[in-house]
Amino acid sequence: MASTTDHSSPMNRKRSAATRLIDDGFVWGTTAIAIAVGLLLAVIALQVGEDALPAIQKFGLGFLVSNRWSVIDGEFGALTQIYGTLVTSFIALLIAVPIGVGVAIFLSEDFLPPRIKQPIVFLVELLAAIPSVVYGLWGIFVLIPFLSPIGIWLNANLGWIPLFSTAPAGPGIYAAGLVLAIMILPIIAAISRDAMVAVPAELRQAAYGLGATRWETIFQILLPAGFSGIAGGVMLALGRAMGETMAVTMLIGNSNTIDSFSILSQGSTVSSLLANQFAEAGGLQVSALMYAALVLFGLTLVVNVLAEIVVRRFSLKL
Amino acid sequence: MPAPDFAAARGPRSLNRSPTSPRTLFASAMTVLSVLFTLLALIPLVAVLAYVVVNGLPRLDIAAFTQLPPAPGLRGGGFGNALLGTLLTVVIAAAISIPFGVVAAIYLSEFGRDTRLAEWVNFFTNVLSGVPSIVIGAFAYAVVVLTTGTFSAVAGGVALAILMLPTIVRTAAEALEAVPNDFRQAAIGLGATRLQTTLKIVLPAAVPAILTGIMLAIARAAGETAPVLFTASFSRYWNTTVWQPTATLSRLVFDFATAPYASQQQLAWTGSLVLVALVLVTSILSRLVTQRRRK
Repeated sequence: MASTTDHSSPMNRKRSAATRLIDDGFVWGTTAIAIAVGLLLAVIALQVGEDALPAIQKFGLGFLVSNRWSVIDGEFGALTQIYGTLVTSFIALLIAVPIGVGVAIFLSEDFLPPRIKQPIVFLVELLAAIPSVVYGLWGIFVLIPFLSPIGIWLNANLGWIPLFSTAPAGPGIYAAGLVLAIMILPIIAAISRDAMVAVPAELRQAAYGLGATRWETIFQILLPAGFSGIAGGVMLALGRAMGETMAVTMLIGNSNTIDSFSILSQGSTVSSLLANQFAEAGGLQVSALMYAALVLFGLTLVVNVLAEIVVRRFSLKL
Repeated sequence: MPAPDFAAARGPRSLNRSPTSPRTLFASAMTVLSVLFTLLALIPLVAVLAYVVVNGLPRLDIAAFTQLPPAPGLRGGGFGNALLGTLLTVVIAAAISIPFGVVAAIYLSEFGRDTRLAEWVNFFTNVLSGVPSIVIGAFAYAVVVLTTGTFSAVAGGVALAILMLPTIVRTAAEALEAVPNDFRQAAIGLGATRLQTTLKIVLPAAVPAILTGIMLAIARAAGETAPVLFTASFSRYWNTTVWQPTATLSRLVFDFATAPYASQQQLAWTGSLVLVALVLVTSILSRLVTQRRRK
């Protein structure tokens, strides 16, 4: 058939070698760049790891359990900061998960007509759009003056609980945790809402048909059915909270020692440590900071990969 | 067989639930609670916006946009150099991330759809979007600042580019996938190559949606502080090249928020107002654009 091709017909005209080469080259080029974009994650990990190597060799895993961060002595351990990262993130989740899921329920049910509901959904999303540094500024001048009397009251009346055992001095772990809660709330609300909206309508109708009230349906049908989606959203939010830098740096007080478990005391997180020290660091300190960055990278990576898998599994199922 | 008399069996109760039954009370209480939670969630948004507008407006004058930051203790001045610096870093970031992002999206949507490779690229891009921005700053510091020996707008641009990349890849891929397959089939049927189909048919159809994604990514990047903190760093002067420490608006807000001088704190609020306005306007615009397209 090919041998009898009529070359005068445009239908049978073969493309020139050059055209085909360019066309194949285009496809291969896009593939190569897509692979490069995918590999960027590994490149970041390797580069940060390479720069952290001197500190890794010197301090080993002891870096994770030592709470001494002394630039003068060249001794570096990030326990204080790892503790700060975990505690602030935990406070943030404690506040943001119930409220975020509550918002998600309110905005996925038909309490409001869509004309009013859609703008509210958008407003909640806008919370995530406000730059972190603006939350920090607002926190310094508005939130901390507002929180301080509450902190003083907690310390005076409930000071026997280790959580409130120190007198607050303006900024502190509790303020950072609260701002983190505000910042991750939209993520939890948006993903939980998607998860609940995606629950098949038959489940809801069946529950109503059996005589369940709206809230019995929500607690016994919708929340369990949407659980994996909500869990994925919470984990994504956790990853965001652990890596969040500016607002935390501006509100946590940046103390490099822990002397109590009080959430009213000042502290620091891995990210605030990096934000405070990187610009003026030199020598082994840069390497130690890179080690800390690698630890933070590892923590968020684990959380994000798990979240990604959970969310993906959930979206495949529905 | 006579029909069972449900009404008689249940006595005087009707199908309506009694408003005082524990189940109804619980449901009403939960409804009130969820309304309260939603209001509670909106309080910070309203509070932040109100304070930023009220505190930022007094210094929203021409000098703020054109002059250099005031020396400590002096009045007046502005953040002209920081505005220029933000523009510089963002333009550099866009110049790097848009080509890579859109081309990667072309692969994901046009040639790699439903392949294992595309799935992996998607996965890693999503995970990349979760990497803390301060870690990306550390990476840019290692790659650009340490090798060139200076903080620079380029270093800040590289950090922001990595930050923007996942957003651009995702929105561009979604935009391309939304182009109807008829377009591709028609083009191939007319004898177009894959290159011609992509560049002349599919890409132009997706451009408005891709631009929306890029706009959002740029607005978010302009407000980011952590990645430029120790890459672009800060400067009190105008930039003459892109290879020198560069002030950005977000870094200026950070520095001046913690400064003890009233005039600098003033500028921090006004700078915040500019950043917030930028993000809000692009978010609302892009939402209007997507809504119109859906209709």
